[in-house]
Amino acid sequence: MNPFIHELIAHYNQWITIFLMVSGLYIVIAKDNMVKKLVGLSLFQTSVYLLYISPGKILGGTPPIMDPKFSVYSNPLPHVLILTAIVVGVATLALGLALVVRINEAYGTIEEDEIFARGEEE
Amino acid sequence: MSSSQLPALQVVLPLLGAVICAFLRRGTLAWGVALCVTWTMPVIALSMLWQVLATGPISYAMGGWAPPWGIEYRVDMLSGFVLFLVSGVAAVIIPFARKSIATEIDSTRQAWFYTMYLLSLCGLLGITITGDAFNVFVFLEISSLSTYVMIALGRDRRALLAAYQYLIVGTIGATFYVLGVGILYSLTGSLNMVDISSRLGELGFQPPVLAAVAFLFVGISLKLALFPLHSWLPGAYAYAPSFATAFLAASATKVAVYLLVRYFFSVFSVSQIFEGLPVSEILIVLSVAGMIGASLVAVFQEDVKRMLAYSSVAQIGYMTLGIGLANKQGLTGGIVHLFNHAITKAALFLAVGAIVYRMKTCKIDDFAGLGRRMPLTMGVFVLAGLSIIGTPGTAGFVSKWFLAVGALEEGWWWLVAIVMVSSLISVVYIGRVIEIAWFREAKPIADNAREPPASMLLPMLFLAGCVVYFGFATSMSAGYASKAAAHLLGAEQAIEVPAAAGTKQ
Amino acid sequence: MKMDLILRITTKLLIPFMLLFALYVQFHGDYGPGGGFQAGVITAAMVILYALIFGLKAAQRVVPVSVVQFMVPLGVLVYTGVGVYTMFKGGEFLNYNLLGHDRVHAQEWGILLVEIGVYITVSGTMTAIFYMFAGRGR
Repeated sequence: MNPFIHELIAHYNQWITIFLMVSGLYIVIAKDNMVKKLVGLSLFQTSVYLLYISPGKILGGTPPIMDPKFSVYSNPLPHVLILTAIVVGVATLALGLALVVRINEAYGTIEEDEIFARGEEE
Repeated sequence: MSSSQLPALQVVLPLLGAVICAFLRRGTLAWGVALCVTWTMPVIALSMLWQVLATGPISYAMGGWAPPWGIEYRVDMLSGFVLFLVSGVAAVIIPFARKSIATEIDSTRQAWFYTMYLLSLCGLLGITITGDAFNVFVFLEISSLSTYVMIALGRDRRALLAAYQYLIVGTIGATFYVLGVGILYSLTGSLNMVDISSRLGELGFQPPVLAAVAFLFVGISLKLALFPLHSWLPGAYAYAPSFATAFLAASATKVAVYLLVRYFFSVFSVSQIFEGLPVSEILIVLSVAGMIGASLVAVFQEDVKRMLAYSSVAQIGYMTLGIGLANKQGLTGGIVHLFNHAITKAALFLAVGAIVYRMKTCKIDDFAGLGRRMPLTMGVFVLAGLSIIGTPGTAGFVSKWFLAVGALEEGWWWLVAIVMVSSLISVVYIGRVIEIAWFREAKPIADNAREPPASMLLPMLFLAGCVVYFGFATSMSAGYASKAAAHLLGAEQAIEVPAAAGTKQ
Repeated sequence: MKMDLILRITTKLLIPFMLLFALYVQFHGDYGPGGGFQAGVITAAMVILYALIFGLKAAQRVVPVSVVQFMVPLGVLVYTGVGVYTMFKGGEFLNYNLLGHDRVHAQEWGILLVEIGVYITVSGTMTAIFYMFAGRGR
């Protein structure tokens, strides 16, 4: 039992990643409100950032600025990648919300089931 | 600036063009900028392709940092082919855009449309040319975000809904892709595709590798519109501006197919993917379901753009079938169908766009009698439709021939029968349009229907001519595709030393 | 009326420091956490705070919509311009080594210039998004 519990606790960052990913996906699929779907999407993307950054921290490593006193540095590359991914996520969220604003003006509602019901009549 | 800077120019010029269009206010000026930029694209792609055929793959180190630490742009036979396809089709159809966009989008937004078009072109060319896994994600999102905006600029309010749905699905796909890349990065410590493939060879079959394959496959399939992940495609194609639909139908899904081939055959190896995992079976089952299912749905559509969108889903099934077969003939069929379908669908959507330009409608019932009023346009539609069916003498037949031969090599007669059945179903939906256009009396809505202006007619006729030409002169398309397929299947572990034209030591 | 007064005075005191902090983050991006994106967002937050407290019209007098719409492609032009300049000097796209006399200074110049481009675009885009959303529904 002990090594199993130890495995569970040692990989806690990956458990958090999985939890965020699955809850984000669930919100996107299950909720009808368009803004809630975008929130779920954002949550889903956040789990990916965790997946990249958490292995990047080397235990016992300093921030990656070259200095003769230190020899073990944390990995700077995941931070660069995730900065890009965060900007992409922000742009996607902004675009999605702009579309929701326009859809609200065009249809009068942001609940997907109401919009589909209206779409059947078109 | 020497010719060795061409790989960077392929991506930088559309980006600069997009920035210039963002400063402009008049649609026609923006179209002019888009025209100039788009016409230089196939020139660059072609010169790189000639260099690849002469001396081998080109490797360009972005920023002067040598791979695998830096980002590498890598042009080899397959990526050069797709680059030329995307830039060539874009260059042919851009003259169509001037009048089409001027009528479909209001004047304050036309310059923004051309900005988004150039950004989308930049993104698609970037996905094809880059050799760095994370850089693919960046360009994937550049092209996707600008595509969402292009779709949302359509006339109908349902375009907004279609863009929103495409946004949700597309972002999930891109995030799955970046998840897969993250797993590969933590396994191999590298982001360069060539480097990853050499390090993966030592790792063998561990659960993280399987997870990476699964995430990459699902993520790219969402962008590919592989059945059943195709739900975004009909809405996106039906409600976008006609020129945007023609451009997207000819390029976006093809680049995603290229990405899938690149990952399955160059990053992972054929033995890993196709012999160790049931990827081949999954691909074949899903392709068959797409081919039959989407063709059947296409038969019952009232809107011609939606019908052609479902037809696209079926045709993408052919491409993934070729990948799933994973032998030389099948893969050749898949790659050459990439080319043939791009020119065919571009011709079809241009014809529909011309009809929309004249008649402002795209319901199939309103096409009655158009065969006599717009003979050239409907002629293009018929020729391209015959290519969708796979009639001998058109380009579509060539790809189906290779797919059938590839299936027979594996001994799967039933697969050939399924290809035949889906071709028969496409006879039904193409034939319906032809019957309505030629054998019925024209409705009042078709009163001012006549041939579109020359700027719209000439690209259509050129593409229809290409469809017929590549049905006969297959050495350029199919011969090249089979060379690329042999290269992909044979060079699993051997990594070619590229011509170090642009790298500084 | 009292609450309004506190907010106005506090905002007037805070805004210069926000801009200062944004510029600090911008210029120290190569040696600590920071860079163009973060600084751009802080700058946009500053404009948004001003718009929230003093009203959208007042904010648009200080930072006009046309200026903001001009900034969005301008930053991309700066970034790509640096890359094209290095191509003209004979190197690859965005090869910073060609921007100066020795490698360390050249890299610093390169990072500085592209981050300025990113800063202009990001602050412009965030402010433009706010102006677009805030101006509707009246």
